[in-house]
Amino acid sequence: MLAEIGLISLTIAFIFSLYATFASVYGGWRGRLLWVESARNAALLVVPLLTIPVIVIVYSLYTFDFSLAYVYDVSSRAMSPFLRVAALWGGQQGSVLFWAWLMAAFVGIVLLRKWDRDRELMPYVIFVSMLTTTFFVGVVLFITNPFMRLWHIEGAAELTQALFQPLTSMPYLPEDGNGLNPLLRHFGMIGHPPTTYLGFTGFVIPFAFAMAALITGQSRRDEWILTTRRWTLFAWIFLSIGLILGGRWAYDVLGWGGFWGWDPVENAMLMPWLTGTAFLHSVMMTEKRGMMKKWNMALIILTYSLSLFGTFITRTGVISSVHAFAKTALGPAFFAFIGFTFLGSLTILYLRWDTLKSDHSLESFISREAAFVLQNMLFLAVTFAVFWGTVFPLISELVTGTKITVGPPYFQRVTGPLFFALVLLMGIAPLVAWRKQAARTLGKAIWFPFAASLGIAAIWGASHRMHPASIFGLWLVAFVLSAILAEFWKGVQARRTTRNENPFTALFNLIGRNHRRYGGYIIHLGVVLIATGVIGDAYFKQETQGTISQGEVLSVGGYQLEFRELLGYPGSDGRQIVEAVTSLSQDGPIIRELTPRRDYFVVQEQPVTVPGVYSTPGVDVYVMLIGWDDLGTSATFKIYVNSLINWVWIGGIVMILGTMIATWSNPGQREATYVLKPSVLTSHSLLQEG
Amino acid sequence: MGNMKRKLILLLLTIVANFSAVSIVYAQDGQPGYPTDDDVNRVAKKLYCPVCPNTPLDVCETKACQDWRAQIRDQLSQGWTDQQIIDYFVTQYGERVLAEPQRKGFTSLVWFLPLTAVLIGTGVVYEILKSWRKQKTATTAVSSPPKIPKELLEKIEREIRELD
Repeated sequence: MLAEIGLISLTIAFIFSLYATFASVYGGWRGRLLWVESARNAALLVVPLLTIPVIVIVYSLYTFDFSLAYVYDVSSRAMSPFLRVAALWGGQQGSVLFWAWLMAAFVGIVLLRKWDRDRELMPYVIFVSMLTTTFFVGVVLFITNPFMRLWHIEGAAELTQALFQPLTSMPYLPEDGNGLNPLLRHFGMIGHPPTTYLGFTGFVIPFAFAMAALITGQSRRDEWILTTRRWTLFAWIFLSIGLILGGRWAYDVLGWGGFWGWDPVENAMLMPWLTGTAFLHSVMMTEKRGMMKKWNMALIILTYSLSLFGTFITRTGVISSVHAFAKTALGPAFFAFIGFTFLGSLTILYLRWDTLKSDHSLESFISREAAFVLQNMLFLAVTFAVFWGTVFPLISELVTGTKITVGPPYFQRVTGPLFFALVLLMGIAPLVAWRKQAARTLGKAIWFPFAASLGIAAIWGASHRMHPASIFGLWLVAFVLSAILAEFWKGVQARRTTRNENPFTALFNLIGRNHRRYGGYIIHLGVVLIATGVIGDAYFKQETQGTISQGEVLSVGGYQLEFRELLGYPGSDGRQIVEAVTSLSQDGPIIRELTPRRDYFVVQEQPVTVPGVYSTPGVDVYVMLIGWDDLGTSATFKIYVNSLINWVWIGGIVMILGTMIATWSNPGQREATYVLKPSVLTSHSLLQEG
Repeated sequence: MGNMKRKLILLLLTIVANFSAVSIVYAQDGQPGYPTDDDVNRVAKKLYCPVCPNTPLDVCETKACQDWRAQIRDQLSQGWTDQQIIDYFVTQYGERVLAEPQRKGFTSLVWFLPLTAVLIGTGVVYEILKSWRKQKTATTAVSSPPKIPKELLEKIEREIRELD
């Protein structure tokens, strides 16, 4: 009964979003306000109409309604309540529904909040965003419907999934479900997928405003950028959080001691993040100097298309991947829609190319403007390299028929130097002034961080003789870190001398007075910390594997692991656990008892490795139980000594903090924009006042 | 054709290596315990599991992969070099077992294209920046500079900088 209510509500939601799409564009085109109002109301109604099926599915998952095929697939009696709710996005059907619901909710919020402000743009904002929503709701309704039931047709060997009862069939009600893939039964399930989806869907708002600005020809005034600035930051930070949580999750459960494997699904998420980051920076150029308007448009189109592409890869498993748990015949529909979105928006951009003239021109090659252009180029280059490496196996198979693998070595080699250049630029660019910068003053600003970083790298490099690239890398992070800290130092000193504030008040007021600038620096600080972790992971990692008997020791990187005993016991969620009790020591005293485990999920016949980790700011000792003999007298362990890896997570937290500060508006303060320039002021009464 | 020949040679090498195994085992006598798990992982790291999607062979936990690692161990103890084992896997299971794509044939495109793109991109950026500068000289020539008192201009610029 409940499922029927959900299905009916879903169907009405589809009709309403279809209506909103066409009514809005008709109203905008003909200038009929009533049609636009009506479209808005329909779009707003889609939110509760999609909330009902979401609630129904969550309720069914929670109460084990195994007559629904989706519930049978992803829920089971052994699963904890929180996992049963999180199973909403644990499979194909549920996650596409969740996606559509988030998108509809975002559109709803925009329609409620911005309605009076951007009247001219609104018809087309509704059109673009509801077109996408319609597509997703349509996919849920027609292709991966979560309300399919299980039926047993007379004489058939297998069960049939259908919405309505097929002829000569009996409803089938299983006693228990399959439950989530064991790898997904982790606390990360509550964080990584929803944040990623918030990030992906969030980009629809800036995209819809950009398209509306192009269609109406209002892009010249650049208002869409100011309107959507916070949305862009919102989408971007959630995508960042999703990436970091995903990395952490992989580190905890995938059992290879790393957090980033350049897997297609990971890449699919990284690409919109890269172009989104480029977009965040290029809109600043438009705000401050009225330049790079065409770049903005191209970048938001690219970002949004890549978000769709990311969903496509994740949800269709077109490029086979460990993450692509759910595979259906969704591919063609998605592919067509991405093509339509990408080519359609590029066509609009082409038609409106002339409205996007820059208001200013470049004054010097050593200027913030030039640094921004270079930064944009580097981000696009990384995106291209990642894209190319991700789709190349597919191309190779299509062209030559040979399956190939493009693994981490490719990505590290190609993107490594580009990321190096980006981080370096991140250190220098904030010191470069807008318009033009004398090389001498730039040198003055840079020499101290530069000298400091050389010193740090030399000391560090001398104490750890490692790969030469590691010394470069450490120099890089030391340089950028000191350059950013120097900016804070200068600001604090200035306030101390002019206003007699104590250092803490000065720092607090400095950040408080310009949230965007110092929030941005804090985000950069987070990126440097992440870079430190990545360098540690790339160049300082040590590992060993070996089989030892009880009482014996396996050593690596100054740590010794002693195997004491092996335990076996049943665990929650229907798993059998084998646990090794070991003690970790560092040249003498025992520092920690570690219990690496192997959990075997009986129903799914799948093992999951749970590492034992000793974690410090400098090093993680990551121990995995690989195997054991039948008597439990000897066991095989793999130990990774992961240097600096924790700075990835710490950097992530710093980034979130910085974004929160940057998003916070400065009350009562005007932002500097390119509109405020002397040649404009001459025609104002301001001149007389001066 | 050439590929076929290469495969045949490799196959021959494999057989020869198998026959000469005994003598090579003696040659390894100097290193007790060879090959260790770390030696096996060193080779397996450069390979991808031939059956599971996108999983490096050194971390893959399926039965098939455990057998492949056992095979690498046998081959190492028979005196095969890392490269011989990798080549053997490529002949057996195709190019897809290589973690790092080859730099020859069609596959070289995967390396070549990003490099070309970066070079072209650099050229494009330079051209864009140059054209922006040209615009500047063009516009300043047309519009006469506004007459503003120097002190006011400085004041405004200072304020703008503070706002930034």
